[in-house]
Amino acid sequence: MNFSEIWRQFCKNKLAVAGLAVVLLLFAVAFLAPALSPRSPTAYDLDSILLAPSSAHPLGTDEEGRDVLARMIYGTRISLSVGFISVVLYVAIGIVLGALAGYFGGWTDIVISRLIEIMMCFPTFFLILAVLAFIGPSLVNIMAVIGVTSWPGIARLVRGEFLKLRGQDFVTAGKLVGAGTGRIIFRHILPNSMAPVLVSATFGIASSILIESSLSFLGFGVQPPTPSWGEILSQSRDFMDIAWWLALFPGLAIFLSITAYNLVGEGLRDAIDPRMKI
Amino acid sequence: MNPLLTIDNLQTHFFTSNGVVKAVDGVSLSIPAGGTLGIVGESGSGKSVTALSILRLVSEPGRIVGGRILFQRGKETVDLLSLPQDKLRDVRGGRIAMVFQEPMTSLNPVFTIGNQIEEAVALHQKGLSRSDRKAKVIESLSLVRVPDPDRVAASYPHELSGGMRQRAMIAMALSCRPELLIADEPTTALDVTIQAQVLALLNELREKLRMALILITHDLGIIAETVDSVAVMYAGKVVETGPTKDLFAAPRHPYTRALLKALPTLKTEGRLQTIPGTVPDLADLPRGCSYQDRCEKVQDRCRREDPKLESASGGGGREARCFFPYNEGA
Repeated sequence: MNFSEIWRQFCKNKLAVAGLAVVLLLFAVAFLAPALSPRSPTAYDLDSILLAPSSAHPLGTDEEGRDVLARMIYGTRISLSVGFISVVLYVAIGIVLGALAGYFGGWTDIVISRLIEIMMCFPTFFLILAVLAFIGPSLVNIMAVIGVTSWPGIARLVRGEFLKLRGQDFVTAGKLVGAGTGRIIFRHILPNSMAPVLVSATFGIASSILIESSLSFLGFGVQPPTPSWGEILSQSRDFMDIAWWLALFPGLAIFLSITAYNLVGEGLRDAIDPRMKI
Repeated sequence: MNPLLTIDNLQTHFFTSNGVVKAVDGVSLSIPAGGTLGIVGESGSGKSVTALSILRLVSEPGRIVGGRILFQRGKETVDLLSLPQDKLRDVRGGRIAMVFQEPMTSLNPVFTIGNQIEEAVALHQKGLSRSDRKAKVIESLSLVRVPDPDRVAASYPHELSGGMRQRAMIAMALSCRPELLIADEPTTALDVTIQAQVLALLNELREKLRMALILITHDLGIIAETVDSVAVMYAGKVVETGPTKDLFAAPRHPYTRALLKALPTLKTEGRLQTIPGTVPDLADLPRGCSYQDRCEKVQDRCRREDPKLESASGGGGREARCFFPYNEGA
C-alpha cells in the first residue's frame, strides 16, 4: 500500500475528487483572503445596511453595512484554522494515549480505556459549550477545547491498531535489531496504523468546522467583529424575512465545506481500505 | 575455551488460562564461537521459544522463569537474562542477530528495505554519516548476493519475492556483523530451490564472517547438510544431543530414531513411517518421561520417573534423555 496506489484509487472516485477540489479552493480563498476580498470585512457603512446582492456587494450587506462577501472570505480562515488545528491537537492526544494503551496493555490499558469510556459518555458538544462558558469564548479557546475533548475516538482507533500490530513479526524484528520501546512505538508501529487515523481525521475536520459554526451561531464562538460563517448565520436570525442572503450564503458555505471534507474522507477510506467500502 | 553462548537450564513458561504451559522446561545447550548448532523438533516442541528466550523476546503470557544464558562478550561473560535493558539492546542485533521464518511479516511494510537495514546500522554504529550508512546498506545487500542492490534497497517489502525478502532479512541481520546468528526456520516459507540457495548462502556467510549459527528447523535434511552438532527437542526438553554425523548414524533416543525412520529415502516403498500418537499437552504433562505414550521401548520406570539427559558411555559428546537408549545404530 503506497502513496501512488492510494492516489490512483482515490482519483477513481469522482465525488471525492470534487470534494478535494472544493477543499483546495477553500484553502486558496483562506490564503488569498486580503487579495480576493473586495473591501474590509469589518468596515461599517451605515448608509448601506441590509442591501440585497448587487454589483457593488455581490452577496449583499449585513445590518451594519458590512460586505457579506468580504466577511465570508475572511470566515474561511476561521473555519480552516479551527478545523485543522483542533484536529491536529486531538489526533496527537489520541495517538499518544491509544498507542500507550495498545502497546503496553495491562494497567496502562485499563486506565486509558476507562478514561476513553468516561470521555465518550459526555455529549461532546455540550461539554465544549459548558467549558467555553467557563473559560470564555475565543478562537484559541475553541480550538483548545475541541482538541482536548474530541480525542477518544482516535485513541480507541489507535489502540485497536496497536493491539493488532504489536504481536507482528516485524515488531519483534525491530526489537531484535536493538530498537528501544519509543522507537518501536513511534517508528515501527505507528506508521502502519496511520491510514485509518488519516481517514478519521478528515471526517474530524468536517465535524470541527460544524462545531465551530454551531458555537458561533449560539454566541459562544468567535466573537464579533471577527467574521465567521456561524456568526454571520447567527446575525441573520433577526432579519431572516427581509435579508435572505444573510442566511443563505454562510449556510451554503458551511454545507459545502463539510460535504467536501466528508467526500474526501470517504474517498480516502475507500482508497486505503477497499474492504470498508459500503 | 569458553563457548560463545551457553544456555543453562532455561525454563520459559506460558501462563495461560488453561494452566501453565511449560514450553521450554530445563533446556541446556551451548555453542562455540564460529560453531553451528541445529535445533530440531516438531511444532510445539519449544525450539522457537528457546530461540526467542535467548534475546528475551518472549511475549506475554510467556515468561522466562529460570535458568541462565551466558554470552561471551569479549573477555567477560554476561548473563543475558539479568542484563539491564539498555545493555541488552546492544547485544540484540549488534552481537546476536536473528532471522525469522516468514520474511513477509518480519519486514515492516511501510518502509523500504534500505530504510530498515539502515536503521539497524544506525542503532549499533553511532556516528556514521548518512552516506556511510547508505554504503553499509548496499554492502550488506551485496553480501547476500542480491542482484541490483540499489534497486532492492529502494523497494518496499511487497515489491520483492519471498527469497529476495529473506535475503534482505539476512542482510539486515548481518549488517552489524553479529557473532551469533539465530535462524528460526529461515527457509520454511520458501520453495525448495530457493531454500537450497539461502542455506548455502547462510553457510558461506558464516564462514566468511566467522560467526556462530543456531539453525532451528523441523527439517532433518537441512540439519544434516548444514550443522556440526544437533539438539533434538521434544515437549520443551532436549532429548538428545551430539555431533550431527554420529547422531544421524546411530540415534540413541527412541524419539530421534523414530524421527529418522519417518524420513523418506529413495528406497522407501509404500506408506511413510509415522510416529504414533501426538505431542502431549504441555499444560498437563504426564508423570515420568514426556515421550512415554509414543515410545516403542516404554517400561514401567518411564511412567514413574523423568529421565535426565545423560552422557553416552562411549563419550563423543553424545547425550540422551532416556533410561533405555539404543546403544547401536541397528
